[in-house]
Amino acid sequence: MEELLTEYLPILIFIGIAFGLAFAIVAASLLVAPSNPDPEKTSTYECGFEAFDDTRSKFDVRFYLVAILFIIFDLEVAFLFPWAVSLSGIGIFGFWSMMIFLGVLTIGFIYEWRKGALEWE
Amino acid sequence: MIAAAIAFYVFATMAVIGGLNVIFQRNPVHSVLWLILTFFNAAGLFVILGAEFVAMILVVVYVGAVAVLFLFVVMMLDINITVIREGIHKYVWAGLLVGGVLLAELVTVFTSWVMFDDAASLSTAPTPDPNVITNTEALGNILYTDYVYLFQAAGIILLVAMIGSIVLTYRTRTGVRKQVIADQVARRPSDTLEMVKVESGKGLQ
Amino acid sequence: MVEFWTAYVWPVLWIIIQILMFLVPVLIGVAYLTYAERKIISAMQMRIGPNVVGWFGLLQPIADAVKLLTKETVLPTGASPVVFFLAPMVTFGLAMMAWAVIPVGDGWVISNLNVGILYLFAISSLGVYGVVMAGWASNSRYAFLGAMRSAAQMVSYEVSIGFIMISVLITAGTLNLTELVLAQSEPLFGVLPGWYFIPHFPMFIVFFISVLAETNRHPFDLPEAESELVAGFMTEYSSMSFALFFLGEYANMIMMSALITILFLGGWLAPYDVAPLNMIPGVVWFALKIAMCLFVFIWTRATFPRYRYDQLMRLGWKIFLPFSLIWLALTAGFLVYADALPG
Repeated sequence: MEELLTEYLPILIFIGIAFGLAFAIVAASLLVAPSNPDPEKTSTYECGFEAFDDTRSKFDVRFYLVAILFIIFDLEVAFLFPWAVSLSGIGIFGFWSMMIFLGVLTIGFIYEWRKGALEWE
Repeated sequence: MIAAAIAFYVFATMAVIGGLNVIFQRNPVHSVLWLILTFFNAAGLFVILGAEFVAMILVVVYVGAVAVLFLFVVMMLDINITVIREGIHKYVWAGLLVGGVLLAELVTVFTSWVMFDDAASLSTAPTPDPNVITNTEALGNILYTDYVYLFQAAGIILLVAMIGSIVLTYRTRTGVRKQVIADQVARRPSDTLEMVKVESGKGLQ
Repeated sequence: MVEFWTAYVWPVLWIIIQILMFLVPVLIGVAYLTYAERKIISAMQMRIGPNVVGWFGLLQPIADAVKLLTKETVLPTGASPVVFFLAPMVTFGLAMMAWAVIPVGDGWVISNLNVGILYLFAISSLGVYGVVMAGWASNSRYAFLGAMRSAAQMVSYEVSIGFIMISVLITAGTLNLTELVLAQSEPLFGVLPGWYFIPHFPMFIVFFISVLAETNRHPFDLPEAESELVAGFMTEYSSMSFALFFLGEYANMIMMSALITILFLGGWLAPYDVAPLNMIPGVVWFALKIAMCLFVFIWTRATFPRYRYDQLMRLGWKIFLPFSLIWLALTAGFLVYADALPG
């Protein structure tokens, strides 16, 4: 237990240093660089005209669909990690157990393919 | 060990602060970002418990996938705070009532909770020592064989989720042109081109 | 009091020194990667490239850094200030964090996690946040479109990266990166190097292409397709916050090359364990392999035109995903039935 935690302490320190460095870089430029904003300079970039409205608007539903499908496949990958490590211990039964699991999800994958959920144009 | 204790208090405090901010932030996107912070601290707590696999999976699945979906939804749904806040006085009493009932139930459950002294020793799959066998392997050794039905049930749930999300969100679009690669590959010069020998001074008819 | 120093302060200081020994070379590497990219591409296009600042333009990255540092940071009017400044820090911080588990030589690693590969997988799946936060916080149409595209692209290729990692893990039987490299030390058929890019050759190629897409590199640089989206999610950024995105992106390239090296190219191992080759220190081999991967990254950029978005999504979901899944099943089936599993 103790041993396991000592492996994680450097990671904690590393995270601290990495984000500290990022913060320091941004802060340094804010301190060093001049700052004289004017309305034209700080307006949103647009091709020669004023931006019409707020950008945060409704978006194509397919982006949500991609995110949902990603969650499902990500979970599948999460299930595969322990399986990959202990495959020698669980043998043929464990192998077929996972193949059935993947087979079930392949049915879903074929469904979405045939349904056209993977089409972009 | 004192470092672990300090780390526990830091993670636990940050998790609670993050959780409170999820509720109290006005902007839903900020709420999701606080939620992500809470997930990270929960992962830190798992590491302190020695459950490194669960900690990493928490980050991969919840932060890397579920919270991305949340972020997509709250970013793109154009939630207008003032419109939502209009009806707040009408619903505040109903909300308080439901919340109060839930709180009472939780308090009842936790105060009447009794744990049998030997409960831990009776478990069919006791937690192995992380110094002897890594968590990932310990999990893999039982998940796919001893708990095969639950594992397959998880697969079926994922299948239902996949089909359900497609049924709910998918709609066919009309009037779009798609690239059909097979047609492009199958196309031959003879289908579209006609070679003509033009005699000089005559031109084409 | 003495005990306090020896038990707590010195170990922590030693860890910090080790971390700096990783971070400083990585940062210098990032700076000179931008230089190398400009020089290589200009050579491929019969141009000279940067040659004014310093000898052969070697001080160019430093000049760029100083220039960006003294530029004004513009905060757009409609932007959310906190998230706007947080986004580049997230991108940069994540790209740096990954180095905590990467073994650059035998035992040369900051923390030798049991779940090292999972840690890297987690970090690469968090890369989406920097981009999405930047796109949302800028409140600009171009930035938002770029961020959405980028997010969908990154998550799509993440899946096949996961499956390919699993195929390699089955062959090695461990999640620990050091053990993963050592598992490749046994020669294949006694003559070839035991590196996994030989048995997993198709997946090596698929993995490389997925990494290009994951790091938003050419030919998959749609999020910042400058001909249509100005600069994608970075449109509104200037000064050092822009530089952080830039550094983060290049640091990510180096990190992903390190991952390819560990998974497929035998990490710090020499191709053959014979006299002249194994006298070169492991870290040199590691750096050479990373440099080779990076050269291919740059070479691809100079060679291929950009993909269209529908082509990109089709490649990810309809070709790479089924292909890597089938390969995974085949690998596992072969190893189980040939009784060749490790451990």
